[in-house]
Amino acid sequence: MKRYLADVAVLARKDLTLELRARDTLPAMLLFVVSALVVFHFALPKHSSDLAAKGLLWVAIVFTALVGLTRAFVAEREQRLIDGLLLAPCDRSAIWLAKSIAVLAFLGVAEIVALPAYALFFSGIGWSTVVAVLLADLGIVTVGTLLSAIAAVSRTRELILPLLFLPLAIPVVIGGVGASVVGSPARYLGFLCLYDVVFAIISWASFEYVVTE
Amino acid sequence: MEGQGQEGQGSGGHVSEGQVGAAGGGAGELLIEARGLGKRYGDKRVLDGLDFEIERGGFMLVTGPNGSGKTTLLRLCAGLAVPTSGELDIRVPRQSVGFAGHEPLVYRELTAIENLDLYGRLYRVPERRERIGMLLERFGLWSARNQRAGSFSRGMQQRLSLCRALLHEPALLVFDEPYSGLDDAGAELLDRELADLRAGATFVVSTHDPARVLPLASTRLAFA
Repeated sequence: MKRYLADVAVLARKDLTLELRARDTLPAMLLFVVSALVVFHFALPKHSSDLAAKGLLWVAIVFTALVGLTRAFVAEREQRLIDGLLLAPCDRSAIWLAKSIAVLAFLGVAEIVALPAYALFFSGIGWSTVVAVLLADLGIVTVGTLLSAIAAVSRTRELILPLLFLPLAIPVVIGGVGASVVGSPARYLGFLCLYDVVFAIISWASFEYVVTE
Repeated sequence: MEGQGQEGQGSGGHVSEGQVGAAGGGAGELLIEARGLGKRYGDKRVLDGLDFEIERGGFMLVTGPNGSGKTTLLRLCAGLAVPTSGELDIRVPRQSVGFAGHEPLVYRELTAIENLDLYGRLYRVPERRERIGMLLERFGLWSARNQRAGSFSRGMQQRLSLCRALLHEPALLVFDEPYSGLDDAGAELLDRELADLRAGATFVVSTHDPARVLPLASTRLAFA
């Protein structure tokens, strides 16, 4: 277990270092989420319900995550660097976990900007929304990273990833919007927890088969 | 490797296998054994019904024209692909395989030393820093150790790729066109490295310049 975690740490640090140097994912995510919220601010009629505004927040979060996921395996795909990682004697699920951690970090940074921006443009955000966002992030990156690896081997990867990811993100949006707008969000937060656990296990267990040629 | 020449059928046409110059080196213990090996990508049959064996300490030279299946065979031997038919028994663990292919498998945004450190950590290389320094020195990259791999020429990237493949002192070395991109000095350096490593490792090497490694080879697999 210690060795597994050490491999995950090495790989996650590599992904974060690559992003710090290349800066080709996080700026795109930040620009996208802020732009989306600005557009929604002007597109949504005045005196619209809080439900509609929260729904748009979740749309922005899901599509911002999609921007990050689209680029998650770019380095590994373009120069077949995934081969180098697959040859290494580490458990292959460590590659998935490290990549998920990196995408989670990028998404978290984007949301640190997005949530205050949402509060500025629309309305304040309660603790239940923050918790729902955190839980939703886990689900989004676990399933999204697996799907990104699947899409990476396809020639039509930019098309395949949204087609695979968005249907699976619907429960996240349902749980997130529900937790954000109801008085007692425990049921929706529990649903998001269940989603995270189920898809984390599936993704962790199936990653090796996805990347094996 | 079997002493008798063998013949089989590959998708690219005739495949022949036979013993050549150098001694096998091993005591008859097989490291790789393939029986009826086949690989398809969708409807495309790349390899079909291939039989061969490599003894520990052997050196199999793989030759043939582009598209004949050399790279696919080497990816199978490295464990990067799984056969779609037949059997391929590779009797070394994954951490004992060193692979250098068409791509250098190094991150462009990381420096040479960071790339090797990444792989060194994943492979749990003992005395990692000393080993990395020694390889960079030996392959003429020490002065460029802190430069990003993306700024390297094709030849320097190939040298770095060879450092990566040799970092963990693998028992099985799988080299796909290792001379591509290397200048004369780099090619001579690789000649010396292969000769030095010949006694201690098993090789599967594909090349369009077979004369270069033929003196080292114990067996040749020729795709036609």
